[in-house]
Amino acid sequence: MNESLGTTNARADIMRFVGSSVGGRVASALRVVIGILAFFLILEFITSLGLLPAIYLPRASTVIQRMVELVVDLKFLKHVLATLGAWSVGLAVATLISISVGVLIGTSELAYKMTSPVIEFMRPIPSVALIPLAILLWGQGFPMKVILVAYATAWPILFNTVYGVHDVDPIAVQTARCFGLKQRAIHWRISLPSAAPLIFTGIRISAPIGLIVVISAELLASADSGIGSYILFVSLHGGHMDSVLAGAAIAGLLGVLINSAFGMVDHRLFAWRYFGAPAQ
Amino acid sequence: MSSYTGRGRSLVAALVGILRSTVVRFGLGACLIGLWQYFAIQAGSIFFPPPSEIAKRAFELWLSGPPSRLFLGEGVFEDILPSLFRLLAGWSLAVGIGITLGALIGRSRRISELLDPSLQFLRAIPGPALVPVFILLLGTESMMRIVLIAFGSVWPVLLNTIEGTRTVDPLQLDTASAFKLPRRARLWRIVLPSAMPKIFAGMRVSLSLAVILMVVSELVASTDGIGYRILNSQIMFLLTDMWCGIVLLAVIGYTLNTLFVKVEDHVLNWHRGARGRLTT
Repeated sequence: MNESLGTTNARADIMRFVGSSVGGRVASALRVVIGILAFFLILEFITSLGLLPAIYLPRASTVIQRMVELVVDLKFLKHVLATLGAWSVGLAVATLISISVGVLIGTSELAYKMTSPVIEFMRPIPSVALIPLAILLWGQGFPMKVILVAYATAWPILFNTVYGVHDVDPIAVQTARCFGLKQRAIHWRISLPSAAPLIFTGIRISAPIGLIVVISAELLASADSGIGSYILFVSLHGGHMDSVLAGAAIAGLLGVLINSAFGMVDHRLFAWRYFGAPAQ
Repeated sequence: MSSYTGRGRSLVAALVGILRSTVVRFGLGACLIGLWQYFAIQAGSIFFPPPSEIAKRAFELWLSGPPSRLFLGEGVFEDILPSLFRLLAGWSLAVGIGITLGALIGRSRRISELLDPSLQFLRAIPGPALVPVFILLLGTESMMRIVLIAFGSVWPVLLNTIEGTRTVDPLQLDTASAFKLPRRARLWRIVLPSAMPKIFAGMRVSLSLAVILMVVSELVASTDGIGYRILNSQIMFLLTDMWCGIVLLAVIGYTLNTLFVKVEDHVLNWHRGARGRLTT
């Protein structure tokens, strides 16, 4: 299986999870806690040395205090909601488009060959380079963010859908054909279910990319709301580095949460893939 | 006589084959560019200049210099070279640090478990959110941009190196210790080579991240580079120039990715061969 598609990691995860005993799991959880604590203490130590003035580089504990204040601040929560809203709508649009286009491309060898040069050329355009154009066309608000997120997140989902549909077991397809299933039924009942785990991996890869793109767009386009625009605002007005870092750290935590949520859904929905599939 | 017609026929067949594969490969792209050209001229919108005009302007910007400079225009020295320099410097830094730290961390399962949550968190922080911090700490020179690129693109290399060095075939390690191979030799001759495919997968992801961060870093407080060119043309409403920058980024991204795949194939050739021999 292709390593860049991210399937091997997930399999290693669940094997570790299933294979470890209860005691092993407790020890692992303990290690996670100790690791986080040590990370914080090291940061606190470095930032308390006073190598740089506190306005430039605040102490880690100050940043965490600021994070706690922000999390209960209604104004900031509105920014978080704005970011998450644009992110989820953009990701949903990208998922719908990519899966439909990907199934079409993946089932036909000719379509696959014809589209791949165009896709290979369009994919490397960094979505952030489109921010200036997107501002001109759609302004600085919600639509601009959604379109940029959809553009950035569409590619991994498209690729994984094409690969997944392309690699469907031909015997399954032929069997279905022998039983008189029509092409459309084969799409829905054979190709899509067997490509589903790979498609979901694509969505899982895309989710954090989308979050990064929304926040970048908010920051670079000075959008009216969102975590990125909050960070821009506090850095321009008084240069409160503790607030900037707290905002960035909350964005990071959101990313971790999204990652693990998608990971859990993946394991729950597609557990059969990890157990049923042969080792290779 | 018959052999002549046979040769003629095979020649015709070969030509038809070449023609067909060319049409399949470039047909869709050519059609899309043609459609864009047609509709752009029909609509006459300033936001979407026709491709012919973009090509003309790109030629003026980058390929119309004096012969003494190999016909390279001013733009090459103002936009492309500074961007490429920062991109490659940041990415090399990320790869160097990522592989070194990753190999150190990956040697101990316990240490990698301790560090994992912190690394996941750091990876999830969107690079652009830290731009204000980097500007304050490092100024607005090239150095800041290189550090930003390195910080944002180090994580895939680091995490994949950890994963790769941790999942070395135990049989190989046992064999090495049975033969009393020194530690250094074990690292260079067993651990790193067997982690190579994973490391390369990480390097590829981090290369595309580095391109994104290069653009981001040039959209903020910059005086040169492709991102600066795109933003500046947008502000001055030179939309054809802006499109030139976007197309140029696609060309650069495509070229870098193609080069990388070539190098990867070359470097990992032995690996696939060795694995193939093992499995068959």
